[in-house]
Amino acid sequence: MGMTMAEKILSRHSGGGRVRPGDIVVCEVDKIVQIDLTFGPGAPMPKRLVDPRKIVVVLDHAVPAPTIGAAAGQSIARKFIKDFGVEKFFDLGRGGICHQVVLENGIALPGQILTCTDSHTCASGAFNCVARGMGPQEMLQIMCTGKTWYQAAPTVRVIFRGLKPANVFGKDIFLHLAAVAGSVEGHNLEFGGPGVSGLPLDDRATLSTMGAELSAEFATFPADDKAITYLKSVTDEAFEPADSDPDAEYAATYDIDLSKLRPYVARPDFIPHNTIPVAELNDHVAIDQAFVGSCANGKLEDFCVAAQVVKGRKVAPGVRMIVTPSSQRVLTEAVRRGYVETLLEAGAIVTNSTCGACYGGHLGVLGPNEVCITSSTRNFKGRMGHPSARIYMASSATVAASALAGRISDPTPYLGDRV
Amino acid sequence: MSDSEPLVVEGRAWMFAEDNINTDLMMPQTVFAKPLEEQLRHVFATYRPGWLDQVKPGDVIVGGRNFGTGSSRPGSLLLKRLGVSALVAETINGLFYRNCINYALPAIECTGVRDLVLEGDIVRIDATRGVIENLTRGKGLTGKPMPEFLQAIVRAGGIMERLRAEGYF
Ligand code: SF4
Repeated sequence: MGMTMAEKILSRHSGGGRVRPGDIVVCEVDKIVQIDLTFGPGAPMPKRLVDPRKIVVVLDHAVPAPTIGAAAGQSIARKFIKDFGVEKFFDLGRGGICHQVVLENGIALPGQILTCTDSHTCASGAFNCVARGMGPQEMLQIMCTGKTWYQAAPTVRVIFRGLKPANVFGKDIFLHLAAVAGSVEGHNLEFGGPGVSGLPLDDRATLSTMGAELSAEFATFPADDKAITYLKSVTDEAFEPADSDPDAEYAATYDIDLSKLRPYVARPDFIPHNTIPVAELNDHVAIDQAFVGSCANGKLEDFCVAAQVVKGRKVAPGVRMIVTPSSQRVLTEAVRRGYVETLLEAGAIVTNSTCGACYGGHLGVLGPNEVCITSSTRNFKGRMGHPSARIYMASSATVAASALAGRISDPTPYLGDRV
Repeated sequence: MSDSEPLVVEGRAWMFAEDNINTDLMMPQTVFAKPLEEQLRHVFATYRPGWLDQVKPGDVIVGGRNFGTGSSRPGSLLLKRLGVSALVAETINGLFYRNCINYALPAIECTGVRDLVLEGDIVRIDATRGVIENLTRGKGLTGKPMPEFLQAIVRAGGIMERLRAEGYF
């Protein structure tokens, strides 16, 4: 019996023995990503590190610092990188949201293991990397020793076929998967099939990132030519992809024909088995805020489609539309291509790159009883502000169309001329 | 604690039996950056007002499916500081499970546990063997034992204790 992608990568990092679901293995970690929130005042700092070259520091959650506490933590981070000689440091204006920075700069590579304290770290699975969120103490352990344990999980396979229509994005594909598969806690997600090659890298990153909302352990794609060509253009580091064996064993398989999908939306509070086609809301849900952003959907493709939807139109009175890029590079390119101007003319607010509103931190916190449509990552009660606020989730196209209508709306009428 | 000593606790049960109870309910974003003392005043405060006044050292939590889904924020540390001595749930979210081990909160999965226990029952949890007994009602179930490798971390008092012992801090 063969191995899945995750089993193979865990095996390679733990001495090469066969890895089966349930096995506990101690693995060497290739990349260790620390974010601003882990450097709060009072956080313990190690006396020595395993290897500063494995460590990446990204200031992303609360930037520019909205509070004195956040500012103090960021000063500690700057001192940390100096003291230990950490060279991969992404300060304000140089990076963006950790998962985007990691993908954009070829830090997560095929066949590698990456850890970070943010729970959406499975994002790096888009590049065939075994990556997951860890608690803050475990991150300290890995910074010190370079190792941690994994218990290999059974894997759920998702096979894509066909080409997605113009009104369907990575988020819609994910929300559809959430409707059919529900929560996969205790399992890995592994994407594959002939439909993968037609999926843009941004859509793959959205799907891997959102794996966290189905409680997946890892959410990996194969490293195809598209991924490898991109990575070779941004890094010289060698890597060895890990595809699953043809006779690998799966706990379940879902087969998705992308050409049949429609825009989807998640209703408030949770995602598994709580998503429906946008059209089924029948334009009944009025909104106060429309948010495009986060590591999952603050990408260039999101700016492109949001700009296309709002071009020459206005955000509805009483609605605020906030757009937050996932990195400085995305923002720069969105400015260059004119997307930012289009959004501003429509009455949207474009912020700097930060986690910001996604976690209810700053730059778009929701008040009591407000309704938000978001293309960010999580819709738990209270996630984006007051616990009575209601958070719907959809693609950036649906968010933009809803901002114009003032109610959650299907973006299809605006997307007809997309190729 | 010696290497072979079983991880057994006995305590009064609190039912958090709904599926997908998340970390944001244990540790809301509003107190995320605040000192531990303040965080402790918000554990499940909107989800279950009044619970904080009733939970006592030694109590255990009985959870539903995917208990602890959400962020890496260490809700398990807060539960431990409130005196919670163990968690047994239908299933435990992978990231939350790691945090339980890392902060030395014994945690096991056991299918059917939410039908075995009523709130206030006295239960005995043996994480080593994966056994939960309802002492109030005289019945029990066997779930998944905690692997030995992870028991060792819990016995050491969590990973920070280990790292300190190894001179990293
Ligand atoms: S954007 Fe949201 S999900 Fe992504 S890293 Fe930031 S807080 Fe986490």
